[in-house]
Amino acid sequence: MITILLQPLVRDFAENKDIARDIREKTLMPALARADKITIDFAGVNGATQSFIHALISDALRKYGSDVLEHIIFRNCNDTIRVIITIVTEYMQES
Amino acid sequence: MKIHLPNSAWLGNIDPFLRSIDFSKPETLNVTADKKWISVHPMILAIIASLAQTVPKGNILCEPFEARSAHYFERMKLFHFLGVNSDTPVIEHDPSGRFVPLTQIKNSEELSAFVEEASPLLHLESHYSESIRYIVSELLRNVIEHSESPQGAFVAAQYYPKSNTIRIGIADTGIGIRTSLAHSHKTQDDISAIRLALMPGITGTTRRDGGTTENAGAGLFFIKSIAAVNDDFFVIYSGNGFFKLLKQNISGSRKQRNKLHSDPFDDRHSMYADMPTWNGTAVGIDMALDDHEAFSTLLNDIRNTYGHAVRERKKARYKKPLFI
Repeated sequence: MITILLQPLVRDFAENKDIARDIREKTLMPALARADKITIDFAGVNGATQSFIHALISDALRKYGSDVLEHIIFRNCNDTIRVIITIVTEYMQES
Repeated sequence: MKIHLPNSAWLGNIDPFLRSIDFSKPETLNVTADKKWISVHPMILAIIASLAQTVPKGNILCEPFEARSAHYFERMKLFHFLGVNSDTPVIEHDPSGRFVPLTQIKNSEELSAFVEEASPLLHLESHYSESIRYIVSELLRNVIEHSESPQGAFVAAQYYPKSNTIRIGIADTGIGIRTSLAHSHKTQDDISAIRLALMPGITGTTRRDGGTTENAGAGLFFIKSIAAVNDDFFVIYSGNGFFKLLKQNISGSRKQRNKLHSDPFDDRHSMYADMPTWNGTAVGIDMALDDHEAFSTLLNDIRNTYGHAVRERKKARYKKPLFI
């Protein structure tokens, strides 16, 4: 199990897609390729943009389908971040 | 080019101001202003500042502002970005709680720094700053990723305590929405491109549902929806297309009043396809802070509309059975 602590990378607002891409390419996708479980921990992050969440997880959903959601755990999300993650996971599963 | 700053130009009455801009002779810029009082939306400051970057140094003419409100433009750094000396004596105050002066954003690092620094400048409670930093961040990132403007974006914001409203303006002199979308969606004119860009799931990077790894085509739809739910003005101007989301003003419950639409032309709006051509994109938004939905509630409404629109678009492409 790998845990990514977002707050040291994005501070309290996750909007920088360059950081999302780095996490996706260097940590998330390689972990999923090994069939590892991964926890994305939003502790200390108060907000996120849809663009950031899309850049972070859409590739995983496209590549592995909805089953990938059994391998990614979102921890310490506030209501806003939960809704944004839900929106992205829904439209990616419908696409 | 000639721009005259009028006595008053806000999103509600910005149309005649934009029509009055003379974009001919793009190698020069002449800025004049009302002699008595000038009161304009930050979108106008962003437009002028970004336009000034396209003109060779020395070709910008700006007569000294005589209006009593001239000092405001000094503090908003308009003269700085025009590269002219205003001769306006100003005592610099700590801007906290009032405004975010004109700022040029050219890359992702500058954007992140700006979003972090701008929120405290407006001194808002966190539930207000949440939606504002969301909107500003997504709009500026659109410019950085899609505008191809070497000058990046110009942004300014102002808090008006009397109306308890934040007004935000962002402008760039890039390729504009129509050209940006043309990589994947052909449109007949600028206003059609604006309409498409405001729909969920439309991006210039691909025609594929769900977008690319980097882009989903959701950003502008989210922002228009946030404005619609909160009953705020939202203006987008690109090429000769102009779209203004009007206050929805429909009687009934809040939900009925602010029903979200995936097609911006179904919202209460005004639009033009014959504005003077703005080579780039400019956006203005007003956010009244009195009566805002909780951001997560608002996002849930957007979620429902987004999902419905994506499903409907997918369904429209289903092959139909042949009946004889």
